[in-house]
Amino acid sequence: MNSYDLSSLLIVALPLLSFVLIILLSKRMKPIVAGLIGTLTLATTAVLALYVAAGYFFGFGMVNGTYVHHIAMQFQWLKFSDNLSIDLGIVLDPISVALLIVITVISTMVHLYSLNYMNGEEYFARYYAYLSLFTFSMIGLVMAVNIFQMYIFWELVGVSSFLLIGFYFTKPSAIAAAKKAFIVTRFADLGFLIGILMLSHGAKTLDFFVMIQRLTQAGSPYLTHFTATSFLGLSTLSWALLLVFAGGAGKSAMFPLHIWLPDAMEGPTPVSALIHAATMVVAGVYLIARLFPIFAISAPEALLIIAYIGAFTALFAAVIACTQTDIKRVLAYSTISQIAYMMFALGVAGWGQGQTEGFTASIFHLFTHAFFKALLFLGAGAIIHAINSNEMKDMGGLRKALPITHITFLVACLSISGIPPFSGFFSKEAILSAAFHSNLSVYYVGLFTSGLTAFYMFRLYFRIFWYKPVQDRHNHEKHTWAMNSALLVLVLGAAFAGLIPFGSFVSATGGTLALPFHPAFSILPVSFGLIGILLAYLFFAKKSDRADRTVTYFGGFYRAAYHKFYIDEIYLFFTKKVIFNLIGRPAAWFDRTVVNGIFINGTAVVTEASSEFIKPMQSGKIQEYAMFFLGGALLLVALLFIQFM
Amino acid sequence: MEQVPLSHILILSSALFFLGIYGFFSRRNIITMLMSIELILNSVNINFIAFNKYLFPHQLEGVFFTMFIITVAAAEVSLSIAIIINLYRRFNTIDIEDTTTMKY
Repeated sequence: MNSYDLSSLLIVALPLLSFVLIILLSKRMKPIVAGLIGTLTLATTAVLALYVAAGYFFGFGMVNGTYVHHIAMQFQWLKFSDNLSIDLGIVLDPISVALLIVITVISTMVHLYSLNYMNGEEYFARYYAYLSLFTFSMIGLVMAVNIFQMYIFWELVGVSSFLLIGFYFTKPSAIAAAKKAFIVTRFADLGFLIGILMLSHGAKTLDFFVMIQRLTQAGSPYLTHFTATSFLGLSTLSWALLLVFAGGAGKSAMFPLHIWLPDAMEGPTPVSALIHAATMVVAGVYLIARLFPIFAISAPEALLIIAYIGAFTALFAAVIACTQTDIKRVLAYSTISQIAYMMFALGVAGWGQGQTEGFTASIFHLFTHAFFKALLFLGAGAIIHAINSNEMKDMGGLRKALPITHITFLVACLSISGIPPFSGFFSKEAILSAAFHSNLSVYYVGLFTSGLTAFYMFRLYFRIFWYKPVQDRHNHEKHTWAMNSALLVLVLGAAFAGLIPFGSFVSATGGTLALPFHPAFSILPVSFGLIGILLAYLFFAKKSDRADRTVTYFGGFYRAAYHKFYIDEIYLFFTKKVIFNLIGRPAAWFDRTVVNGIFINGTAVVTEASSEFIKPMQSGKIQEYAMFFLGGALLLVALLFIQFM
Repeated sequence: MEQVPLSHILILSSALFFLGIYGFFSRRNIITMLMSIELILNSVNINFIAFNKYLFPHQLEGVFFTMFIITVAAAEVSLSIAIIINLYRRFNTIDIEDTTTMKY
């Protein structure tokens, strides 16, 4: 075991260790000690991750000009049959290493930031324990060698997000949000599990790399057998992959399973940053990227469906984001929209020469998005921390009060809007270029959405930092060193992460890929972004009635978007009216009358009546008992007598 | 010397046995009931001795069994007396009719 393998083992083990340590000792130590343990452990993990990444990308990862996957550790955990077993292990390949950097760095920043943000909370230590658990689950997920190992960590991510979203467990809305997140993702995970079972049945293995090899080679018996049967025009393999995608769509909040994400805002803001930037929502993208060769080679029609769902979700969420007034909600919908970008980037990618650009673009966008979205959320957290409100109407003119937050928020907004030279520009260009070369309708949706993105992000920016100033003007940032430093570190990533030549590190085939960069191509998306910013400036830079007039002009459409297109109401209608009346009520009736009435109460009634009947025999008179005894003995004698006479 | 026939002895033991049964059911005094039980046990002892003597004169199982029964009866009596003393302390009587609190 060389030092890289050891470090990658430590990357998984350290957050778990920190979780165990903090949760066991949380009553014995001072809260700040727990915070420092969590932060320092994660900082160590981040350093190790960078070390492993450097080693992988510039050293042992490259074999004969392509990046190959490197199994740092693997052992058999559960064996079902001779060729089907659940292994636990650690794999290093371009996407897992890229994700490792994202997760550990963002999580470290969130840990650091929370030292100030959560200061004085009653369950401060427990909060840090949960953060560590969350990070551990996500690291385990990206390093999985086996699809079932991934599923285990996938569920762990679900549990820890449940714990963190419901962290303020005395607030009913937080409990409701935590339950909603858990139930919606669990529902999606059912699809994932069925997909895993189908894939493992078809490929006769659970190992990712063996599975990919067996299901992509032309003429492999597994593949021909798997694609031989079809249902509703799609092969069994496509259905299995679509079910796997359903799991990914649940975690990554794709329409129509996106409903949990905006409500997850009930958790502490740094947790939102972690969920939205580095963990949880990118898990779905990572899952599709992990199985990408199977999708691209053997089931391109499934990939097409993913592309359309992604494109629709991107537009849909962006429209809703334009109308929300809770700043965290705007950011939540922007996350859904950006994750959808990554999804459709994967969807438009293919396997052939020159078609894999979307794959690299997707992971690239995941990488840059993590930095600017974490920055946006942590900035929003700083604003909420300062003025104790999530609502836009309580904000305005906060430039003086929060100078550091102002600058970093601006950089993040420019980045997400795709304005050069910030990081979001490069990754978004790559995605749009991939879409342009493969599917024009998706490209136009993406293009329009990027304009909307710029509009709603700058609506947020102008509304918070410009507009009509609120009374409170003193500097809020003096006592929040940890929050400020987290913002300042992340702003570097948000500004410069795009300059990384990502194509030479991450590609679908493992080889290097030059991401095309044409200034002429960029003109259109960038000008869409600038138009969005200009509109936002006109509407929100100063207090005016322009925005209200436009709202009146759009009327019903605005109201529909403001109410999130009534998706929640549709779900409620479906669950409360349809499922509740058709399944819940009969089940409750059956439970009350048959199970409870006949089986349980019936048994009790019979027992009671018969005991009432035989109770007088217990009279307390010894001689009566003896009489029964004697009677019994005589009866036996009589029986024997009859028997033998 | 002519032996007493077996049937005489069996009649004696049956008479003792049913005297014991009768006493057990008709007396209300716990001590008397205990004495009735002793009668029952002793009637059984007589049976054992008699059968041993008349059917298997060269063996001693019946005699041994009898000695066991006497031992057990002695132990049982000591326990019963202890129980009766406790009953007396609790109820101030040793009449079986008055000690009927162990019921439903």
